[in-house]
Amino acid sequence: MTTALILIAILLLGSAAAAMLRRNLIHSALLLIASWAGVAAFYLWAGAEFVAFAQVLIYVGAISMVVLFAVLLTRQNPVAELPAEPASRMRALTGITVAVCTAAILSAAILSSKFTPAADTAPQTSVKQIGLELMHRHGTALLIVGVILTVALLGATILAATDAKEKPEDRP
Amino acid sequence: MTPLHLCLLISTGLFCIGLAGALARSNTILVLLGIELMLNAANLNFIAFWRFGPPSPPANGMIFVLFSIAVAAAEAAVGLALIIAVYRHQNNIRLQDATRLKG
Amino acid sequence: MSPASDSYLERAPLELRDWLVQFLPEPLQWLAHHLITVVAVLAVFGTFFAFTTIAERKLLARLQNRLGPNRSGLPWIKGLKLWGLTQPFADAVKTLTKEDIVPATADKWLHFLAPVIVVAFSLMTFAVLPFGRNMIPVELNAALLYFFAAGAATELAIFMAGWSSRNKYSLLAAMRALAQLISYELPLILSVVPIVLVAGTLSTKAIVLTQGYWTSGFLPHWFVFTPWGLAGFLIFIVAALAESNRSPFDLPEAESELIAGHLTEYSGFKYALFFMAEYFGLTALSALGVTLFLGGWQAPCVFLEFIPSYLWFMLKLIGMIVFFIWVRGTLLRLRIDQLTRLAWKFLVPLALLNVGNAAFWVLSAHWAGPLQLVRWAVSFAVIVIPFVIMGRSLTAGFAPRTYRYAS
Repeated sequence: MTTALILIAILLLGSAAAAMLRRNLIHSALLLIASWAGVAAFYLWAGAEFVAFAQVLIYVGAISMVVLFAVLLTRQNPVAELPAEPASRMRALTGITVAVCTAAILSAAILSSKFTPAADTAPQTSVKQIGLELMHRHGTALLIVGVILTVALLGATILAATDAKEKPEDRP
Repeated sequence: MTPLHLCLLISTGLFCIGLAGALARSNTILVLLGIELMLNAANLNFIAFWRFGPPSPPANGMIFVLFSIAVAAAEAAVGLALIIAVYRHQNNIRLQDATRLKG
Repeated sequence: MSPASDSYLERAPLELRDWLVQFLPEPLQWLAHHLITVVAVLAVFGTFFAFTTIAERKLLARLQNRLGPNRSGLPWIKGLKLWGLTQPFADAVKTLTKEDIVPATADKWLHFLAPVIVVAFSLMTFAVLPFGRNMIPVELNAALLYFFAAGAATELAIFMAGWSSRNKYSLLAAMRALAQLISYELPLILSVVPIVLVAGTLSTKAIVLTQGYWTSGFLPHWFVFTPWGLAGFLIFIVAALAESNRSPFDLPEAESELIAGHLTEYSGFKYALFFMAEYFGLTALSALGVTLFLGGWQAPCVFLEFIPSYLWFMLKLIGMIVFFIWVRGTLLRLRIDQLTRLAWKFLVPLALLNVGNAAFWVLSAHWAGPLQLVRWAVSFAVIVIPFVIMGRSLTAGFAPRTYRYAS
């Protein structure tokens, strides 16, 4: 049980860290997708099947595609591959320091807190139960999320669209 | 150390990797992806508390995660569309070059 | 349960497995149980794949007035030809012994990983398909979601193949393939939502069981025989054709424009793996269509139930595959703009309307007598009228076609 968790953690954290260190953007994106898949594996391990599949479907299936398209559409010119300038190296150093400090504080807080021992098995939740909960208790939130997604869809389309002139060859 | 401690430590690690990426990298896409990682770390915590925490209304943690995934998807779509718009404008996506909102 | 459910033939495969498992010591039995299932699925669908390729070649040949492959017989036996049925095995030997060429500038790791991922994930989709009564490899509560989640990873593999090859045709084709797959994922999933709405479950097993009734013994209650089910099935078929990159949607591999698409730089066994994954994907989607719309393993009439359920499933599956081959031999390839227009302006709105239609069907479930006729009429109208209007607007102003560049 714990061995599986540690394996998942290595996959998840390893690929996330490697993604943030790589210079090749496509490699970064693919490694990040691996780490999202690792998160899905964690959900499976914890017994949240439905969320795990949703995670794979949305992150590995959809968001990854948007990311890869964005990477390919914003191809950097080779001049951008210059060695890092001092200002940016400074910024990187600051960022990593901040992250390490946050990690230290959070871990200390977690390790010093006491939790009541948990149940041995995951709470039984069927898909039907999730659906009913979503529709009844969280109905308003569901509606709001629907509106957010619609607005995001429209916004993304408008932002990324170009006003191309229609050529006669483009007509079906 | 209980499994809950371990889960929380893992999610701390993921959060800090995301934070480091978002602060240190100068490529806008990677900054956005770092933020995605931080969101994922939060989701990990929801599931960890749902599984190992004190009893809660059924499926509460899962529903939180579902909403969070939906919002993250919207965020990624709009964010990447913005990045493409910026790229079209200034021909690169380095964060330090995007200093003007008007142009 | 009808008596047919415990006939000898029906139980035979499961009992064979249990008989084999009992020879092993207790702790290994669980493992052996699943291993045997996996091996059985792999063996059955591996052979199915082999014979799909030969069936496709032969049928296409017949559709085009040719004979198709008919020479390969058995080795060592002269004169025995078996109508060329051993052709797939000869092909397998050929691809296995071919040289594996990796381009010098290719990203070696991704180039290697892409075919592995594509085959692994296309095989994973088979885990939740009920092949017969009580014959389902893994029973999941969220089986449908699992199916689509596993299918989503193949898109990633296509991108990896296209990008890692360092070939502009590969990359262009990969982008095209992704645009196509994302566009058609939406109608595919939306066409399945009505089923979930009516059956009230995401489990494939339960969906098949809800279709297992007959009106007066010979009219099966399959979902395809309802207005919303028929519309959903048609949308599903079109989207499935596009998802499995088959003609008329085989744009990513349009050989006149893009050589062999994202497979341009693949050779030998890796190419064969992609080829295999494509057929596995097609088979899995057809099997899902059979499960959701065509009653799964249920017999069409009560008195035909003596034929075991897995044979019914296979028959329906073969029917679907033959239909897909027939479509490939008949229709012309679409252009990319026509393809995306069809998805976003036609299939997605229709599929959304169909979800509303299914909701109406559920709400009017208690209508009886003449109201039942009204229910059918309304349900048909909701889907047929938009179909006609949208179909007209999709082609408005473009017919009759004028040929500007031909005399």
